[in-house]
Amino acid sequence: MSDNDAAESDGTTEGDSAEPTFEAAEYADGTVTYPPHTVSPNGAERVGTVDLREYEGRVVTWTTSTATPPGVREPNTLAIVEFEMGDEYDGPPVRALGQIAERGEAGRGSDGDEGDGGEQFDVEIGDRVEPVYADELREPGAGIREPESQAWDGFRFRPVE
Amino acid sequence: MERVAIVGASMTRFGQRDAWVRELLAEAGAAALDDAGVDGDDLEHLYVSNMASGEFEGQTGVPNALAHDLAAQPAYTARIDQTSSSGGAGVYAAWQSVASGASDLTMLVGGEKMTHRTTSEATDVIASLTHPAEYKHGVTLPSFAGLTARLYLDEYDAPRESLGKVAVKNHRNGVDNPHAQFQKEVDLDTVLDSPVVADPLRLYDFCPITDGSAALVFCPESVAEEYAPGGNYAVISGIGGATDTHVVHERADPTTMGGVVDSSEIAYETAGISPDDVDVAELHDMFTILEFLQSEDLGFFEKGEGWKAVEEGVTDRDGELPINTSGGLKSKGHPLGASGVAQVYEIYQQVTGNAGPRQVEADTGLACNVGGFGNCVTTTVLEGSQ
Repeated sequence: MSDNDAAESDGTTEGDSAEPTFEAAEYADGTVTYPPHTVSPNGAERVGTVDLREYEGRVVTWTTSTATPPGVREPNTLAIVEFEMGDEYDGPPVRALGQIAERGEAGRGSDGDEGDGGEQFDVEIGDRVEPVYADELREPGAGIREPESQAWDGFRFRPVE
Repeated sequence: MERVAIVGASMTRFGQRDAWVRELLAEAGAAALDDAGVDGDDLEHLYVSNMASGEFEGQTGVPNALAHDLAAQPAYTARIDQTSSSGGAGVYAAWQSVASGASDLTMLVGGEKMTHRTTSEATDVIASLTHPAEYKHGVTLPSFAGLTARLYLDEYDAPRESLGKVAVKNHRNGVDNPHAQFQKEVDLDTVLDSPVVADPLRLYDFCPITDGSAALVFCPESVAEEYAPGGNYAVISGIGGATDTHVVHERADPTTMGGVVDSSEIAYETAGISPDDVDVAELHDMFTILEFLQSEDLGFFEKGEGWKAVEEGVTDRDGELPINTSGGLKSKGHPLGASGVAQVYEIYQQVTGNAGPRQVEADTGLACNVGGFGNCVTTTVLEGSQ
């Protein structure tokens, strides 16, 4: 699987369930990364995948961007989220960068409503968050990148009530 | 390996220019040849540092175009693209070409034409360097800066005002740089009251979009006196290049730029110096927060202490370690491919005593050029010949 294929797997369907997964890669040395890479940070080969929908995350940091590129919502609140991988995991932190969800989008890992296209949740450093699927994070083709070169769906984050 | 000298240099005025990339490169290139007292056909290698002339204006093949415009054929040419650190990577390539013996006279010209694009379009061209998993969320380089600035302020209990003071300092330095895009001071209230761009960062925490070009001429130190009589040249005593992760959130500590740490360790080792020996530095202040991160990761200050140095005036032009005497990217402007070349231009002027009203006491200077959000870095150490 290429790096681009790996990126596209974020939000692809799992089996016949048609349920999108938040796919990270697991490697022979036990480490997990998101997005997936060809080998682990230590050079170990990929041996499987981990669905990050199964894990809760905490906000490491966040920003609200008010000057966004073509095809991106404005404003655009983004966060770096670190997943709580459990006591048995001793690899490097597993994190993802993602948009903060809009009020009205559904909960953990679900195929959420479109939301109201309006107000984004407020978050602070340390807040607990969960992933929310969105079928289009930005408008394909509006920016410089070739629309067919990558996937445009994925997971936003919303605070855990 | 040959020690490499810089014997000629130039830069165009940075800012909003009518000229297109070919013309900007030719303007700086011709001036640098003149400064070194050589002709185009004396060059054996000619490098062009440029990130995105194809994307910005539909002009590719710029090294060959420049060679023709400067009558430099049959010089070997190559384009060096390493995003925002294309200039530093070009310095590395030019240094290699002479140090290895492949060329006895090399010119590097860095340039970019950007201002004909809207801010939104230019931001997207730059953001295209990101991983697909980042790009689809609409991430921009300014938003990486906002994310990192919030974490830095939180982790190190630094006041928001300290970031603003970087902008104030660098604008003050830029007043004396005739090539700078902004030759005007700004006060702290103006910075702190400017529009939010990537919370907690505001408009004056960011460098502008810029057109411009800069050039350097390199030769073996053994023949430098022929081109720069009286020892009016600088020597590249150390240089190092390194990369960090492509995906920014995968770094162990998002407030540390591993490429800066690693490239500077190589540069210090080859120069045989420590950070304490640096008299003046040009850092890649594309965003104010980057001056804190680099000043710490280069070893000038302890982790989390860079903001205090700015507060205490240590990095002012008359301070113990002047940083960004040129005005930095913040005031001088940031024409992507030109910036790393212009940083070395400023250090060259400083260590040869030709910096005019910006002159500080400096035998040894350092330039740190950063691509992406610390994704790839070149650190260069220059020493005066005297």
